[in-house]
Amino acid sequence: MADNTGTADIQEHAGTAGEDGVRRRDFINIAAVGAAGIGGIATLVPLISQMAPSADVLAESSTEIDISAIKPGQAIKGVFRKQPVFIRNLTTEEIAKANAVDVSSLRDPQSLEERTKPGKENWLITMGVCTHLGCVPLGAGEGEVKGEFGGYYCPCHGSVYDTAARIRKGPAPKNLEVPVYEFSSDTVVKIG
Amino acid sequence: MSFPWANHYEPKHPLMQWMDEKLPLPRFVYNAIGAGYPVPRNLNYFWNFGVLAGFCLVLQIVTGVILAMHYAPNALIAFDSTEHIMRDVNWGWLMRYAHANGASAFFVVVYLHIFRGFFFGSYKAPREMIWLLGVVIFLLMMATAFMGYVLPWGQMSFWGAKVITGLFGAIPLVGEPLQQWLLGGFAPDNAALNRFFSLHFLLPFVIAAVVILHIWALHIPGSSNPTGVEVKTESDTVPFHPYYTAKDGFGLGVFLILYCAMLFFLPNALGHPDNYIPANPMATPAHIVPEWYFWPFYAILRAFTFDFLFIPAKLMGVLAMFSSILVWFFLPWLDTSPVRSGHYRPLFRKFFFFGLIPTVLVLGYCGGAPAVEPYVMISQIATAYYFLHFLVILPLVSSIERPEPLPYSITESVLGSDDNADLKPAS
Repeated sequence: MADNTGTADIQEHAGTAGEDGVRRRDFINIAAVGAAGIGGIATLVPLISQMAPSADVLAESSTEIDISAIKPGQAIKGVFRKQPVFIRNLTTEEIAKANAVDVSSLRDPQSLEERTKPGKENWLITMGVCTHLGCVPLGAGEGEVKGEFGGYYCPCHGSVYDTAARIRKGPAPKNLEVPVYEFSSDTVVKIG
Repeated sequence: MSFPWANHYEPKHPLMQWMDEKLPLPRFVYNAIGAGYPVPRNLNYFWNFGVLAGFCLVLQIVTGVILAMHYAPNALIAFDSTEHIMRDVNWGWLMRYAHANGASAFFVVVYLHIFRGFFFGSYKAPREMIWLLGVVIFLLMMATAFMGYVLPWGQMSFWGAKVITGLFGAIPLVGEPLQQWLLGGFAPDNAALNRFFSLHFLLPFVIAAVVILHIWALHIPGSSNPTGVEVKTESDTVPFHPYYTAKDGFGLGVFLILYCAMLFFLPNALGHPDNYIPANPMATPAHIVPEWYFWPFYAILRAFTFDFLFIPAKLMGVLAMFSSILVWFFLPWLDTSPVRSGHYRPLFRKFFFFGLIPTVLVLGYCGGAPAVEPYVMISQIATAYYFLHFLVILPLVSSIERPEPLPYSITESVLGSDDNADLKPAS
């Protein structure tokens, strides 16, 4: 053997195979390195998962918003998971405009019906986070630009959303995300 | 390694002899950047930028450690503590301006260092490893600079963090969980700010370690030079000290004059006014731009506004942006010409000066401009040329170009003749 793996007497003792043909040294070597390896890999679990959202961050992942003051054609910006959420009371024209579009022609095909709750089609509730790179689109605030499709317009890279907050133009790949929500009552919506 | 004629370290003082036996650190320095390192005698001023980059790293570490003594990495008070540094801490304004402009200076110096390498073929055998380590250093610098810009927690800090971590969201399947894992939340907040601070403190020391490897790898073949002809005899070299310590010292003086002019007279010229507005997750600034040194890459990111084959536009932009740097890793094998220096490569030279350099400048301009026409289309054309240059033009030029005759030696290129040239085989 070219490698120096120990002094000659130890070499002879540990290096001889037992009756079963397994050398003691090989067994100890594989067992020790294997145990250390598994232990080392197990250490990675806490080291990696400590970076995931912590309990207090996750605890904030549900919020209740009063929508009684939002008149048709108006919208408000709420806060959900420290991100803006748009709650919009659509006018009948806006609903008609959204339904007039051929769904199959869209980049992210979805109808207004699929993006709202049954019987509450005037309430369009979406995240205020552009699906391109996360900017806050304009259009929810009073007097903000709504873009050429009457919904939302992202000033960062020019994505345009329609009255169902569906992507119509620009680099964003998807419609504005509809968060999980339910109506706690006629005037309160619980998001998350 | 060194050339056989390198000066030998011989400590005279008994204390230095004692030290040399116990820990030969002075010997190491002597051989690395002292009189024991023979360097080609013909290096021009483009060879100053390695030392200047090292200086910038030290400058950033010194000012950065001081700023960390006064800064509080917490989303509630990070912005206020930055203003506290600017207004209340003794000389705090100087430290922060020195650090912010130091980052810009670092990138100026490193870009010149990289383009020196591009033109003079510094990446070619036997120096591939130096180049590869250099690209690693550049990637680490980009990560460090990005995280540092987030720390003041102004509007640009916040939205820059959001956009850049949003890039990871473009990755199929794992994108969104990965983004939440990176941020420790659903949007940049305290968790993200704290970890960025921790990593921003750590990475410069990782950079310092890779710089040591970079210099170690450099000392094996020795420095390249403007002719690209390898060192043949002692007359081709001079000792690093005092010749290049003096030349680098002069370069450092010029650098410091320009740096101090920025620091004291235009400290905010390269910054963005929006970053003096505290971070607001509810309102995006009208025009988000990264720091100037990321503009070319940002332009490439935004150039993809259409789905490419089956890959969505957003993912394609992200892939292209990372590829624009990763392609440098393959440069030693894409440029197959045996002639290193652009001085002796007429065709390569044309594409370098009229192709690559204008393209990068145009990309830089477009990256800082709003994402509207004509900038989008110009970015698309420039991005196409950028990749074409590295992936098609360089290999093609290498195979069809007829290089100009090289000097026999470095000595001949400097003195016009070389006594040893008689030994040249009659080819």
